[in-house]
Amino acid sequence: MKDTTIAAISTAYGEAGIGIVRLSGPDSLKIAKEITNKELPNRKMVYTKVKDGETVLDEALVVYMQGPHSYTGEDVVEFQCHGGLLSTKEILALLLRRGAVMAERGEFTKRAFLNGRMDLSQAEAVIDLIKARGSKSYNEALSQMQGKLSAEVNSVRKKLLDLLVDLTVNMDYPDEDIEQITYEKIGNSLSVINDKLLNLKDSAGEGRIVREGLSVAIVGKPNVGKSSLLNAFLKEERSIVTNVPGTTRDTIEEQAQLRGFTLRFIDTAGIHKSQDEVESIGIEKSIKALESADLLLVLLDASRPLEKEDQEILDASKDIPRIIIINKVDLGEAKNLQFEGSKDAIPVSVSTGFGLEKIEDAIEKYISGGRVRREDDLLVTNIRHANLIEKAYGEICQAQAMTGAHEAIDFIEVNVKAAFDYLGEIIGETATDQVISEVFQRFCLGK
Amino acid sequence: METKNLGQFDLIVIGAGHAGCEAALAAARMGKKTLILSINLEAVANMFCNPAIGGTGKGHLVREIDALGGQMGLCIDKTFIQSKMLNVSKGPAVHSLRAQADKRRYHEEMKRTLERCENLLLKQGEVIDIDYDENGVHGVLLRTGAYYEAKAVVIATGTFLGGKIFIGDSVVESGPNGLAPSTMLADNLKKRGFKLRRFKTGTPARCLKDSLDFSKMKIQEGDEHVVPFSFLNNDLDKEQVPCYLTYTNETTHKIIRDNFSRSALFGGQIEGIGPRYCPSIESKIDRFKDKERHQLFVEPEGLSTDEMYLQGMSTSLPEDVQEAFYKTIPGLENIRITRSAYAIEYDCIDPLDMKQSLEHREVKGLFCAGQFNGSSGYEEAAAQGLMAGINAALWIDKKEPFILDRSEAYIGVLIDDLVTKGTNEPYRMMTSRCEYRLVLRQDNADMRLTEMGRELGLVSDERYKRFLDDKKSFEDEMQRLNDLQITPTIANKFLEERGSALLDNRISLAELLKRPEFSYDDLEELDPDRKKLSYHVKTKVEVAIKYAGYIDKQMQQIEHFKKLETKKLPTDIDYMSIDGIRIEAREKLNQFKPTSVGQASRISGVSPADINVLLVYLERIKK
Repeated sequence: MKDTTIAAISTAYGEAGIGIVRLSGPDSLKIAKEITNKELPNRKMVYTKVKDGETVLDEALVVYMQGPHSYTGEDVVEFQCHGGLLSTKEILALLLRRGAVMAERGEFTKRAFLNGRMDLSQAEAVIDLIKARGSKSYNEALSQMQGKLSAEVNSVRKKLLDLLVDLTVNMDYPDEDIEQITYEKIGNSLSVINDKLLNLKDSAGEGRIVREGLSVAIVGKPNVGKSSLLNAFLKEERSIVTNVPGTTRDTIEEQAQLRGFTLRFIDTAGIHKSQDEVESIGIEKSIKALESADLLLVLLDASRPLEKEDQEILDASKDIPRIIIINKVDLGEAKNLQFEGSKDAIPVSVSTGFGLEKIEDAIEKYISGGRVRREDDLLVTNIRHANLIEKAYGEICQAQAMTGAHEAIDFIEVNVKAAFDYLGEIIGETATDQVISEVFQRFCLGK
Repeated sequence: METKNLGQFDLIVIGAGHAGCEAALAAARMGKKTLILSINLEAVANMFCNPAIGGTGKGHLVREIDALGGQMGLCIDKTFIQSKMLNVSKGPAVHSLRAQADKRRYHEEMKRTLERCENLLLKQGEVIDIDYDENGVHGVLLRTGAYYEAKAVVIATGTFLGGKIFIGDSVVESGPNGLAPSTMLADNLKKRGFKLRRFKTGTPARCLKDSLDFSKMKIQEGDEHVVPFSFLNNDLDKEQVPCYLTYTNETTHKIIRDNFSRSALFGGQIEGIGPRYCPSIESKIDRFKDKERHQLFVEPEGLSTDEMYLQGMSTSLPEDVQEAFYKTIPGLENIRITRSAYAIEYDCIDPLDMKQSLEHREVKGLFCAGQFNGSSGYEEAAAQGLMAGINAALWIDKKEPFILDRSEAYIGVLIDDLVTKGTNEPYRMMTSRCEYRLVLRQDNADMRLTEMGRELGLVSDERYKRFLDDKKSFEDEMQRLNDLQITPTIANKFLEERGSALLDNRISLAELLKRPEFSYDDLEELDPDRKKLSYHVKTKVEVAIKYAGYIDKQMQQIEHFKKLETKKLPTDIDYMSIDGIRIEAREKLNQFKPTSVGQASRISGVSPADINVLLVYLERIKK
């Protein structure tokens, strides 16, 4: 409703120098002050750090526009931060944690109209926008994923429904000849539900890949050509987005566009370091990078024999999606290197440009083949959905704590019901009579 | 037949069951000259089915009726013969009071209350037509030709309207318990184009106490300390009578199964829809084939009779089969049945045809209550009766209706469910229907509603003073418990003995009461100077402290809910003209004419996207 404070990323995803996160509603200024620790005078741009507690997320230019003199006519705060997704998304997530609600599609515009900031013809367009939501606006691939999402959400809801029915029948029919529910039974159900929600939460992370691009790590022993390969991607495409100094992790991330898709090169800090430093850090760092990447580019050197470090990297990356690249084929023969999977390795020479296209082909094939992780994996691609799953998960965690403390079952029911309703919002179902119908299906009740 | 105008009233109530009585008393207490008509004065506030008031969800309704100044709570407190607080092992929000009633005494008590009420006339008479046209109601016509004028009418005909009793293949036009049905009224309403439908319910056999062997049954006693229904009462401890529990068995089930074809329910004679939570024994056995036994509670009908009620065994099987299967049940081998079980079918309206005030959408000044609205249960009926009576009185004065929303009372949930969602079976209240259960407790119904009742003119000075006193005691005690500091020296021995964590620093007694292991009474030892509080105040204090966190969370949800609820919708909107709302939703909205955006959002077939468009539209017409 109008009285909530809403937030969303207002710039398009991907290729932009800056990204804008917008906050609108009565608590805008309060939330903005909390995360910047700055006074924000009306219509003055302020340079500040955006902080989550003590952690600095990004630096940004922040402007507060007091209602009604703003786009929506409400109090609005805009955060202009580094472009690319990492920064805008983290700021958005922070705003949502601080009490803002994810804006519905077209909601800023709707509010602008409601507050008289727009004329009638523009308002008709808003109505169209609202109508379009959830129907044709999604492409086919996305709707397929959503089909899988619905199925998964339904399966969690089924479990929640079963538990709700047990709780309800115990609450409403104390005299009946039915099995009394125990905390153990509630606890067991909740832990199954919790696992399923965790999976959904994780898949929300994977949905991020489709939305935000693929995170790629280049790994290999010192002097194998990692830096040159990275530069080849960045320079050739002439589409360096930005350097985002990651402050939550000790990494630097760079982005490049590859055939319409975003690649996010992570842990580039190590790559850019001087030769000596890299030597000192050793390959430990490379292996650590494996954990957070969606895809690895494993670099080997055709001009030198396979060394212990090469083997370690190959072993460590064995179970992770990877493309093995043998560099410097202008200086040696790729076929001299023998290892498991060597026949799929791509011979290249980064310095001459030979074979680079083959790498791009391989990456594209990896993405378009849908093998982001596993082929049948479910993806939560919508931030609103991810948000609802997060909320449902929070309710279940609370229900678990209450069950552990043996709180009254009718209190636990409130949290379970809330989780059930949050998931219902994803698939557009919030019928309350479902529980009661199910109670009478399963139990013989009444006098 | 000659028609004679025999007088004028502000309000006429048709039917003196649990709905009609509350409606008539409320209107009369609000100063309206009221006539209440019953087909038979022996039927006044009769409990035609189970001999109990309250239970889960229903107990909440009785408390709310009482808090608003209604009669049901006072009446059962005077006439109960056993009382029990259900669900005490669960949270305070689902604690539910239930009392076994002396049926005869309950009827007498309520009848005398009507007889002695100022502005109210109780009369025997069969209404055969309601006189109304497009301007609204004008009066009612009785079978004798008597005509009474009225500004408003409450219809609360229960199972009398078009009543039909089924026992096996015997079908008799009858009201409940062999009383005369109201057939001509049903016919005349239909002639006038009134839309009616059929619902069904049933009741088990009654039998003589002496013919039962209670040694084969489990005894069910009442509570040692009786908690009153009414906020006006404190100590009601008295001698109580027990109920008994026994079970059916495979032999019982076989007899019933072998005679399925002779049940009116399965034979196709009954067209009405029955409630799922009140199934006949043949439905239970048919639907739950694996269940080896079913419960049977044997409950006294009153102190002045030996008749016993066989809870759980309603049926429409023929009498010989009834006799045979009851006899297979332990303790019932020599049963002597005094009244056979029967199914009863009756006319009612689709509750979607009413406004939230319980006024009929198409007939101005006609208010509806109880089973006529598609509900079931004495308490549900009384709650609607009270609201119909209040709103009829307000309507006569051209005042805004009194509407409780879902966050204010179970009564609000009951009526909103009926008029917004409708029902396909006789509707019963349950705690799980209520979203804001943690706030809508039976212990705080007075705090939620008595002030409103006072404003309406229903709450007597005595009740209001009692309410203010209780409120003050509650606030004082909350303050005292928060101020009273407990030191480790005083408390640690006490805590250690009870296996509770020891204190390092002093804390308030309120803080200590938050520990799940302690009740208010448990802490008396640490708090010897406390005043003795009534049950009502003590419970409120205990709940407010122990569950503060949960209650706060729910209060926030309520705040959110209220925003949509207070966004009123003009009744003259032509939804068909609003582009952007889906056609199905437009039709629904036009049909319903919801009073608030909140209500609109609960209509089935109206989506959140439709509501968004509606909000845009509302702002546009404002400009």
